[in-house]
Amino acid sequence: MAKKNEKNEEYVDFVVTARKYKTLLTKKYENRSKWHKPVPGEVLSNLPGTVMEIKVKEGAKVKAGQLLLIHEAMKMLNRIVAPVDGTVTAIHVKKGEQIKKDHLMLTIKPN
Amino acid sequence: MADLFKILTLREKKAVVEKGGGDAAIEKQVAMGKLPARERILSLLDKNSFHEYDMFVKHDGRDFGMDKKDFPGDGVVTGTGTIFGAPVCIYAQDFTVAGGSLGLQHARKITKIMDHALKMKCPIIGINDSGGARIQEGVSALAGYGEIFYRNTIASGVIPQISLILGPCAGGAVYSPALTDFVFVVENISKMFITGPNVIKTVLGEDISMEDLGGARVHAEITGNAHFYAVSEKECFEQVKRLVQFIPWNNSERAKKIKSKEPKTKLNIEDIVPSDPKQPYDVRDVIKCIVDDSDFLEIQELWAANIVIGFGRMAGETVGFVANQPMVLAGVLDCDSADKAARFIRFCDAFNIPIITLEDMPGYLPGVDQEHAGVIRHGAKVLYAYSEATVSKITVILRKAYGGGYIAMNSRHLGADFMFAWPSAEIAVMGPEGAANIIFRKEIMEAEDEDKMRQEKVKEYIEKFANPYVAASKGFIDSVIEPKETRSLILHALQLSVLKEENRPEKKHGIPPF
Repeated sequence: MAKKNEKNEEYVDFVVTARKYKTLLTKKYENRSKWHKPVPGEVLSNLPGTVMEIKVKEGAKVKAGQLLLIHEAMKMLNRIVAPVDGTVTAIHVKKGEQIKKDHLMLTIKPN
Repeated sequence: MADLFKILTLREKKAVVEKGGGDAAIEKQVAMGKLPARERILSLLDKNSFHEYDMFVKHDGRDFGMDKKDFPGDGVVTGTGTIFGAPVCIYAQDFTVAGGSLGLQHARKITKIMDHALKMKCPIIGINDSGGARIQEGVSALAGYGEIFYRNTIASGVIPQISLILGPCAGGAVYSPALTDFVFVVENISKMFITGPNVIKTVLGEDISMEDLGGARVHAEITGNAHFYAVSEKECFEQVKRLVQFIPWNNSERAKKIKSKEPKTKLNIEDIVPSDPKQPYDVRDVIKCIVDDSDFLEIQELWAANIVIGFGRMAGETVGFVANQPMVLAGVLDCDSADKAARFIRFCDAFNIPIITLEDMPGYLPGVDQEHAGVIRHGAKVLYAYSEATVSKITVILRKAYGGGYIAMNSRHLGADFMFAWPSAEIAVMGPEGAANIIFRKEIMEAEDEDKMRQEKVKEYIEKFANPYVAASKGFIDSVIEPKETRSLILHALQLSVLKEENRPEKKHGIPPF
């Protein structure tokens, strides 16, 4: 039978280095998001906002630092630039589109 | 000639220690782009200035066959020297000797040189390159770490402490650098983490490489544990030497004054900040128009880039800059940027470096992730750091100064000594759109054309409040200045505050919200 504390909360197995311990978990720990390796060439939004202008077309060759689009967020017309040299393989947003944080806006195939 | 014999014996003994882990181990080290420990020290210090201590210290491991092993210098090189004439104490862990592992004597060599630095009141530089605790020595190794951390804490704010991560630095070992003022990392060489990829894989099933978990780039860009990022050890040493020139030897000195030079940038300070508050620009261009020789040493350039911090000189004397960066995340304050600015402000205050704040920010970053990450607690650090600081505090409001951000960015209310605002400044309780929606809510809702009315009211608000004159009329701003007067007025303010004295109630220490 699973061990419980006086509040009837169940202790679970929890591994720290090479040993298992019985313990409770925090909400924050349970809800933690798993790490994903960032893909070079994927341009994500770092704030929620609106796509104001798109300055490149699919298939365009771009240099790192080149302006890709204008993203309005926090009342600022942010210049989103290419993170790497490469070719724009897909544009995932439209002009005027409202997007959330971490939205995939554009994909570049790095050279 | 007994004397000569003794001298030759000494030379022989030294040569053995200087060989470290031997040719094969050194070759392996060099193949990874890493210099041997002594060469690292020699690369940092002025020529012929290095004096090594404790070469003949022996480890005192007794168990697991350790008593039969000899580790030259016990895996760490310690000593004193100078950098551009500034005295420094230094130590470098030697990975070629028992993997640079830390046993009690290894740690004692480090704590001895740290004690020396604190007594001599000169900076301490630590070069970390170690596999971690020498497990065979058991709890003695842990004692060693603890004694280092204790000294890092005692020395904090008394002498500058600099850490170079030039190899692995894992487990408990990471906490010494974390307690120091400046951490330097090098691409492909630095590895820092509490638990390594293997443990994470077995415990959580999450697969991650050492580089992705705790490589140089990660600490420079994501965690904020590192302050300077370099692509080679050579570049790293140049960065350290540059930093040492900007900071004082200890907390009772000022940084060494050099010859004053006019800014050399071709940029015109009047052309950098767009009048449209929605347009971004690089605030570092403004800094370059203000500092001597346009020479700015940026710190934590890659992490929380929505705030810029770093050192420059004004009339030859070191100053610290804290500036909102509209080019990144619109220049908002958030958990990371607050943390970054607060720590830097406290360094400047501890080491008698005046703080110049350039303000252009829309407020705090909204969002569930920010609120749940504790933006209240982190944001409070900035208020604490500015209020606590007694060095000369100068603010220039370039453009937006809204809401809580206006208060936080070294406002008059937190004790700023000089408050300047450009005519483009907009000092208000919030952005015009938000304010108009609240103040004129009724008029807007009752209007036939809500959008038209809203726009009218926003315009009305901008005309009335989005300027520096309301704040100036209450004396919250000392003067509204032309952008081209910025450098000369900051110079004036610094000159005036050379003898500044500001006292705080006596206390053991404050309790900042960290």
